[in-house]
Amino acid sequence: MDGVHDLGGMQGFGPVEREENEPVFHAAWEAAVLAIQRAGGARGFFNIDEFRHGIERMAPAHYLRATYYEKWLDGVTRLLLEKGVVGAEELAARLAYFEQRPDAPATEPLTAPLPPRPPANAKWAQDVIRETGAAPRFADGDPVRTRDVHPPGHTRLPRYARGKRGLIHRCHGVHVFPDSHAHGRGEQPQPLYSVRFDARELWGESAEPNQVVHIDLWESYLLPGS
Amino acid sequence: MGKNHPNVDPYVVSRVRALESLLLEKGILAPDAVDRVIERYEADTGPMVGARAVARAWTDPRYKRLLLDDPRTALARFDLDYQMLMVVENTDALHNLVVCTLCSCYPWPVLGLPPTWYKMPAYRSRAVSEPRALLGEMGLAIDPRREIRVWDSSAEMRYMMLPQRPAGTEGLGEAELVPLITRDALIGVADVRPPAPAAR
Repeated sequence: MDGVHDLGGMQGFGPVEREENEPVFHAAWEAAVLAIQRAGGARGFFNIDEFRHGIERMAPAHYLRATYYEKWLDGVTRLLLEKGVVGAEELAARLAYFEQRPDAPATEPLTAPLPPRPPANAKWAQDVIRETGAAPRFADGDPVRTRDVHPPGHTRLPRYARGKRGLIHRCHGVHVFPDSHAHGRGEQPQPLYSVRFDARELWGESAEPNQVVHIDLWESYLLPGS
Repeated sequence: MGKNHPNVDPYVVSRVRALESLLLEKGILAPDAVDRVIERYEADTGPMVGARAVARAWTDPRYKRLLLDDPRTALARFDLDYQMLMVVENTDALHNLVVCTLCSCYPWPVLGLPPTWYKMPAYRSRAVSEPRALLGEMGLAIDPRREIRVWDSSAEMRYMMLPQRPAGTEGLGEAELVPLITRDALIGVADVRPPAPAAR
């Protein structure tokens, strides 16, 4: 989707603000969001691509305003509701409880003993390479052109790199395809390539001199170039 | 707090606690899961493995070749199994830089958790379109004759830079080099600096 998350080349965000001696977590709730995300992924309620698309579906103005872990909270909550892991009513009731009692620990409203420990964390994002035997359509050095498409769902073809000419730098093997995997349409693994683009192809007359961009792109994003 | 961390709405904290509470109740979240996340990442913050691999590459040409050609085998020497990493080398002719324009992909196992600026729109929008200006603002002037190569990590491959070894470190061994190698240098937004001259 042509969402606000697809930031490459946008203008107006100003300088990069670096925080000196930045802590790992700014508050305990950030770590709680990370723990919740890990638990949801480990239990198979969502995969990495569904997770990314969950964040992409935030309201655009909220996305730009939100901190990193607030984005994660929004995306994970959306997915857990959609998957029926938590119900909208029970979540609203629990939210009302904590809004009344901002300092209460998370266990305070629980009336029964905690259930047994959930299983240990499974593999998360790293497990994406599939040995399908598929032969890559393109060889190193081949000219390619990216498709000029605007899919409404999840895609990893950035907007700034659509309809652009590049050269295959190398093939990374056969990888799970996020555009299907984010939408319950299976892994549909296909070759993934590092594609090299000259900055002038991407940014025209506004390009800085002597610059290239490498982007990792799935085979179905690419057409033979000339 | 800058604009990266506006004061967080108490509503956000309540939302986290509500979800945490429900997931505890349903047995999805372990009671000590949050503490374990804090322990793990606070103990393992810096660019530990990445810096050690770079320091070894600087002092051992065969290891450097291995790190560039077969990073998985090279990182296994530090007890890390990381299949998805690519290591790219900075030279007199080339400066490399990594970004994720679509989300915030970052090589956690070698660099730790990403800094907030890496995840915010200013860096993600500008790194691909005006990296030379951006790096200049961040204090790294790149000679116009050097190519800037930006790696937009749009898939599950992750990228780490092999920075240039600074002049003045010829006499230093691997262990002395490690603390000079910063996270920012491994992202590509800083050079590695030689140690400040010792006070006499």
